[in-house]
Amino acid sequence: MRDTASYLELEADAGLSATDLHYAPGRSRLIDGLTLHLPDSGIHCLIGPNGAGKSLTLRLLHGLLTPDAGAVRWRGDTMSASDRVAQAMVFQKPVLLRRSVAANVDFVLKSRRSADPTFRDALLKRVGLEGRNRQPARLLSGGEQQRLALARALAIRPRVLFLDEPTASLDPNSARLIEEILCEERHHGTLCVLVTHDVGQARRLADSVAFVSVGRIVEHSTTDAFFRAPVSREARAYLSNLMVL
Amino acid sequence: MQSISEALGLALGLVISADADLFEIVRLSLYVSLSATVLACAFGLPLGALLATTRFRGRGVALVIVNALMGLPPVVVGLFVYLYLSRSGPLGFLGLLYTPTAMIIAQTLLITPIVAALSRQVLEDMDREYAEQFRSFALGWVQRVQALVWDGRYALLTVALAGFGRAVAEVGAVIIVGGNIDHLTRVMTTAIALETSKGELALALALGMVLMTLALVVNALVYSVRATATRSAYA
Repeated sequence: MRDTASYLELEADAGLSATDLHYAPGRSRLIDGLTLHLPDSGIHCLIGPNGAGKSLTLRLLHGLLTPDAGAVRWRGDTMSASDRVAQAMVFQKPVLLRRSVAANVDFVLKSRRSADPTFRDALLKRVGLEGRNRQPARLLSGGEQQRLALARALAIRPRVLFLDEPTASLDPNSARLIEEILCEERHHGTLCVLVTHDVGQARRLADSVAFVSVGRIVEHSTTDAFFRAPVSREARAYLSNLMVL
Repeated sequence: MQSISEALGLALGLVISADADLFEIVRLSLYVSLSATVLACAFGLPLGALLATTRFRGRGVALVIVNALMGLPPVVVGLFVYLYLSRSGPLGFLGLLYTPTAMIIAQTLLITPIVAALSRQVLEDMDREYAEQFRSFALGWVQRVQALVWDGRYALLTVALAGFGRAVAEVGAVIIVGGNIDHLTRVMTTAIALETSKGELALALALGMVLMTLALVVNALVYSVRATATRSAYA
């Protein structure tokens, strides 16, 4: 396990890295010199207060937004189209196609020219949606929709999986199932970048925690080090507020 | 001139007895308007999809023009097609004037902007909703448009039905380019206009009944398509 210093010093060729990212639509500097180096596998959490720029960071890393300055690299190289194809993202509010459960997964598989009903059914079973193939996806409950969104993301067999508060407002069972799947993905060598407000979830899952404040990473360390002795004033204040609550 | 009640009775008789002249007119009307709807969808849907999913210089002007063309006066379209298809016009050699084909062309021109503008709105709203997810899937433009059209199929079907409704109720364009020739280019709307001007209200009313029934059927279809789609959350 790496310690605080080694996470901060991970070089740009380690895995996924963002260097001095700036993003300022209009006149507001939403991301302001953000630098983050992540290894090429494991679960790594971005936490921080609302409006700190966690979701934006995720979108910049995934290439959904283009930074005004700075670079996102994968294993030291500028992110290529093939690198992007091997990434997937689960959004806080899942956007499901107006199709059946199975057709939602098939859509992604076909987009990668790998339509495989057996693989699709295995994915649906993995997220607890077996036997629901023909049900309209948008009639699923919130937790089921999120699990379907995760199955769709996994259909890509992603090298990097971004998750933006995937368990927010889910019941404990759905949240636990998603956490179990993330642990399995870590075991398979996938890099999972997770935005969460759930400190307990970060403690349970994460190999490292990066604290985002005002569009910057102010602290990035192992989960144990972060929760045992946060070094930044912002992280200490955030955690102490949570303790009071 | 018949009294209204007498004309209504005669009209009902024509409908119930499946009068051959009446049904010939109805058949031609449906053929012309359905053909025009299919063609308008063939041109209008891709145009709507293009406008919905691409950003280019002058797009705003293109949107204003397409939206403005939705209100095209049928007689102006009829006149325009007439000028092109008349013997001295650039397409006069085709000999299409006063044929059902000319009527199909006129109606196609009339409803293509309707199909394009309404489908653009449907697809653009959906594209806005799906945009981030599609970028995350790294989809190409063709895959994106295919997915939007498939997911928007119910809404697009109502767009097509709206186009058909407009075409079948239209009189100005088809009377100019079709000439309202008996057994050749006489459709419901032109026949109603003619029979009314002659004071022969029975056939006019009978055709009016069929036209109204058709309007009701189209609206019922739109309603039922929407209800089915909403029930299964595919709307």
